[in-house]
Amino acid sequence: MLSNRASAGLRPASAMVMRAIFLFFVGLLVVLPVVAISLEAFRSGFGSLWKQISHPQALAALWLTLRMAMIMVVINVVTGTATAWVLVRNRVPLRGLINALVDIPFAIPTVVTGMMLVVLYGPHSVLGALLGRHGVEVVFSRPGIVLALLFVTFPFVVRAVQPVMMEMEGDMEEAASTLGAGRMRTFFQVVLPTLLPAILSGAALSFSRALGEFGSIIIVAGNIPMRTQVASVYIYGEIESGNPGGAMGLSVVLLVISLLTLLVLNLLQQRSQRHAATI
Amino acid sequence: MRPQSDFVPLSLRQGVPMGRHLLTGAVLVWFGLLILFPLFGIARETLNYSWETIRATLHSPASVHAFWMTLSLTVAAVMINTVLGTISALVLSRQRFFGKMLLESSIDLPFAISPVVAGFMLILLFGPNGWLGSILERVHVKIVYAFPGMLLATLFVTMPFVIKEILPVLREFGAEQEESAAVLGADNWQTFWRVTLPSIRWGLGYGVTLTIARSIGEFGAVLVVSGSIIQKTQTATLMVHDQFTDLNYAGAFSAALVLALVSFVILNLIQYVYRRKGEN
Repeated sequence: MLSNRASAGLRPASAMVMRAIFLFFVGLLVVLPVVAISLEAFRSGFGSLWKQISHPQALAALWLTLRMAMIMVVINVVTGTATAWVLVRNRVPLRGLINALVDIPFAIPTVVTGMMLVVLYGPHSVLGALLGRHGVEVVFSRPGIVLALLFVTFPFVVRAVQPVMMEMEGDMEEAASTLGAGRMRTFFQVVLPTLLPAILSGAALSFSRALGEFGSIIIVAGNIPMRTQVASVYIYGEIESGNPGGAMGLSVVLLVISLLTLLVLNLLQQRSQRHAATI
Repeated sequence: MRPQSDFVPLSLRQGVPMGRHLLTGAVLVWFGLLILFPLFGIARETLNYSWETIRATLHSPASVHAFWMTLSLTVAAVMINTVLGTISALVLSRQRFFGKMLLESSIDLPFAISPVVAGFMLILLFGPNGWLGSILERVHVKIVYAFPGMLLATLFVTMPFVIKEILPVLREFGAEQEESAAVLGADNWQTFWRVTLPSIRWGLGYGVTLTIARSIGEFGAVLVVSGSIIQKTQTATLMVHDQFTDLNYAGAFSAALVLALVSFVILNLIQYVYRRKGEN
């Protein structure tokens, strides 16, 4: 009993009040809304939910979201790891400034991000006109979605990989190359396995952010059904047109994918902690 | 080999330095194209308009009201997150009770859930036909399409920041110091102000900075619950979006530039607090 009181460090009454405040805060903000949508979805029945999801426009939006997010993740994993590598290992001019600017996508409103991309790649811009002449459309088109996703998720992989890279002192690489491994072999057999959990968790964070991204995409890609309409934009459209039932289907799908991503992320973090513990 | 002050792994020293330069170059080009170019683009675009136009659009009643809304939401979200977030982290780190693990993992949810879905969930709960909304309607409390709903949406998307930042600090330094303070006769408040708070303050500061950035920038969740009514529930980001889609480019770009400049200030703040946090 003594240890219990000591670990609380508080009189039982104040501990209970704090616990009640915590339960109210998290309960009202997170638990209740998730329970509400789950029960509403359950009440509308599996058949009706499936009808909403399998609606061609909803299915196209979901499929587009997943595809764009996948493309973004593949690019982001490569460029994010390379950026972290260069920032940690190479001598770069203005390294401090670049390192600070990596976080800018977290600080800048997504709507502003969308407008920046329109300014840069829109049909009236130099770059947009040049690309247009070669048949590449960015704004109101799919490349715009990928660009917007790349911008908003840019920090995730870099910031996940950077600390692990900084801890890697290079002695393993040195050992590998002393033993005669080439640079490629050292990278793929020594460096990459060490970085992999961090890279994957950065990728999972980017992916889950990309599935839900809304502000930048609605500006850059607009809301063209079957062509540039992503899941979050579809859900928004259904809510706006007074059809919450239609919004329910894709919301539940996104929610389930979010939960799964979170689960994977937790497993990855547990694994990398266990990995760190064994070193 | 060139002598170098800092340690460079052998694998990088041997072989062609060419590859390293190429990689650095490629990363710089990518960074420039993806991040820097767009930033310059928006500044240049706004400069197309005369100073008078920019000033006039920013001083319009709708614009002043929108920025005021954003400021109010941000201040309220910061205050609530600071107090309730700290309490939540203290409870999670110092108490044991049934269902704690589940509640702790649910704190990650807001980062994983799409803002639009978050707004939708709030409407289901607090809308006129919602579970709580229908009850509140009877006592004439309006949540959705009003400030309280927008605050709830902002709180939903920002609530993990403070908790997630101070929880590891509280766990690491444990309850020993607090216990010693209590043994030495300090009451709860003294212990909190003199022992607990000094150890978590930079973590808290970092969480608060991220909360500010997200509150100002939040769009989807607030859009869904607010309805974006001009001079009523329209925030700065909502106004930028509405003006942009209405082809009112002067207004949209002026406000967007202000928001971009604010994010630069916040970015500096993030860097500063992050460094201080690391020092502790």
